[in-house]
Amino acid sequence: MTHTTLPFAPADAPRLEILKDAGMLTLRMTGVWRKDIPLPDPRPVRDALAATPPPATLRFDAAGVTAWDSLFLTFCRAVLALAGERRVEADLSGLPAGAASLLDLASKVPERQGAARKTRHAPFLERMGDLGLAVSQAVVNLFDFVGDVTLACLALLRGKAVFQRSGLVALMYQASVEALPIVSLISLLVGLILAFVGAIQLSQFGAQIYVSTIVGIAMVRVMGAIMTGIIMAGRTGAAYAAELGTMQVNEEIDALRTFGFSPTQFLVLPRMIALVLMMPLLCIYADLMGILGGFIVGVFMLHINPVQYLTHTWQSVPLANFWIGLVHSTVFGILVAMAGCYRGMRCGRSALGVGQATTSAVVTSILAIIIATAIITVACNIIGV
Amino acid sequence: MEASTSAAAPAEQPAIRVENLTMAYGDFVIMRDLNFTVNRGDVFIIMGGSGCGKSTLLRVLVGLKEPAKGKILYREGSLWDSEPEKRDVILRRTGILYQSGALFSSMTLAENIGLPLSQYTRLKPKEIRELASLKLALVGLAGFEDFYPSEISGGMCKRAGLARAMALDPDILFFDEPSAGLDPVSAHLLDELILELRDSLRATFVVVTHELASIFAIGNNSVFLNVETRTMSASGDPKELLAHTTDPNLRHFLTRGEE
Repeated sequence: MTHTTLPFAPADAPRLEILKDAGMLTLRMTGVWRKDIPLPDPRPVRDALAATPPPATLRFDAAGVTAWDSLFLTFCRAVLALAGERRVEADLSGLPAGAASLLDLASKVPERQGAARKTRHAPFLERMGDLGLAVSQAVVNLFDFVGDVTLACLALLRGKAVFQRSGLVALMYQASVEALPIVSLISLLVGLILAFVGAIQLSQFGAQIYVSTIVGIAMVRVMGAIMTGIIMAGRTGAAYAAELGTMQVNEEIDALRTFGFSPTQFLVLPRMIALVLMMPLLCIYADLMGILGGFIVGVFMLHINPVQYLTHTWQSVPLANFWIGLVHSTVFGILVAMAGCYRGMRCGRSALGVGQATTSAVVTSILAIIIATAIITVACNIIGV
Repeated sequence: MEASTSAAAPAEQPAIRVENLTMAYGDFVIMRDLNFTVNRGDVFIIMGGSGCGKSTLLRVLVGLKEPAKGKILYREGSLWDSEPEKRDVILRRTGILYQSGALFSSMTLAENIGLPLSQYTRLKPKEIRELASLKLALVGLAGFEDFYPSEISGGMCKRAGLARAMALDPDILFFDEPSAGLDPVSAHLLDELILELRDSLRATFVVVTHELASIFAIGNNSVFLNVETRTMSASGDPKELLAHTTDPNLRHFLTRGEE
């Protein structure tokens, strides 16, 4: 009989002795086998099982185990797996009764074949192909959504769109009155900043009065719309994505579909109407706040006569700019509502999915706002307004 | 999941004792004057009709909601009279299976189970992974370690939730409506699993349910929350309650309203 004792360990520590006798391999376990104490090294067991000639049976002698928990079970399970590989018969009778029945329970349902994931590094071409397919799928999805929204708008025009009118009022309130404080603050500050930047240059020529022109044109033509667009992307677009995303997770959107409602009409359309109607109003408000910002700098820092500042603003800002600003903000309203709703509707069914939907809604809206601004600016240049 | 072969268990100290417990939301009293004892190794059923406060009682027992009055005594001490640190220690000896599983959706099943282990033990990642596989195998989900909760069925989520509840080898396992949303066969298998685990883990189970089949199959002790009187009206083995109770509400409940 050969006898291997593992290195010394304190009295309570788990100890493993491997006893070899004829065809019988006995694992004598003693001490406390619990999560708070490291397990003994399992390698000698593997070596003993791999020895030639291999043992015929594996026996446990756990009479000396004073306390155990599931870490003990993982050790036994690993040993049993090794024994299974070597076709060594295992005898569980020496284990504590509870442990034996748990091991039995754990092996009752066989591991599902093919369930375990193999993380495989796909070749470059395959990954590029997957990426291409994903991108083209995304484009198809986007067109699908835009088409759905267009159909919903047509249904609205024919008076056949189904959605809650009372919900629309609440959405409009959220997208306007509730946004006023942040829009006021930001537009006022943007007006101040524009006036300051202009004032430094213009006062060199003694042309401080043109600060009113700079602030007026910049705010009314584009800045008011862009600032409200970006605020609403972060505020309302993100809220739409999170709201619809959570509805997707809770299967509320499926419930709508099964009732025969079109989710695009019921959920997307009112949000779009709310933003398209409210964004131009917010934009006009932002224009005024921006001009007020410039007015503060002009009157209190540059000592321009207040009446003169206002009349000069009125005379030097062509009315066309005001309409261009409104076009911007209407387009931004559509884009922010579409981006928020699109991301929300395509949200994955998990908390993670809602987070991703919200993030990409904001990113998409801001990107769309900037691109749309560029396009409108070029278009205005071409038609000469 | 802790066994001691050296010393005989000390004179049976109850796993949980509830004394004069009153629960309320604001001024609205849900249940008053609850008194019952959960013994070690019990499968203790909290039963009652919808809206009677079963789930609220569970939330109070596991430290999620403060009771208006009364005491909950675990072996280590009174839950709500303890300092927050002590409360955490008490609660670490418990595991909870939520109604929908409540698995963290951004983590794989193995990561879900490994999370408490990596927080409260000093095990190596490989050992944590092995423990997670063991727990999954115990609930019949061997091989599903790397799946995300969204990729498996509702019943599987529930079993994975049970595996996570067992992660720290708790003495007491709480179940909120374990059979809700499961087909009868799966619900029966889950009941069997509970009994098998009770026998081999020697753990205590507290189960909130209104499934009569489960109540009689697994429960050996129970409390009935009466929604009309807003207090408990009976406690004991559900089978004996059915045989002997004279309380019309409880009879009504235990016989599906046929008596």
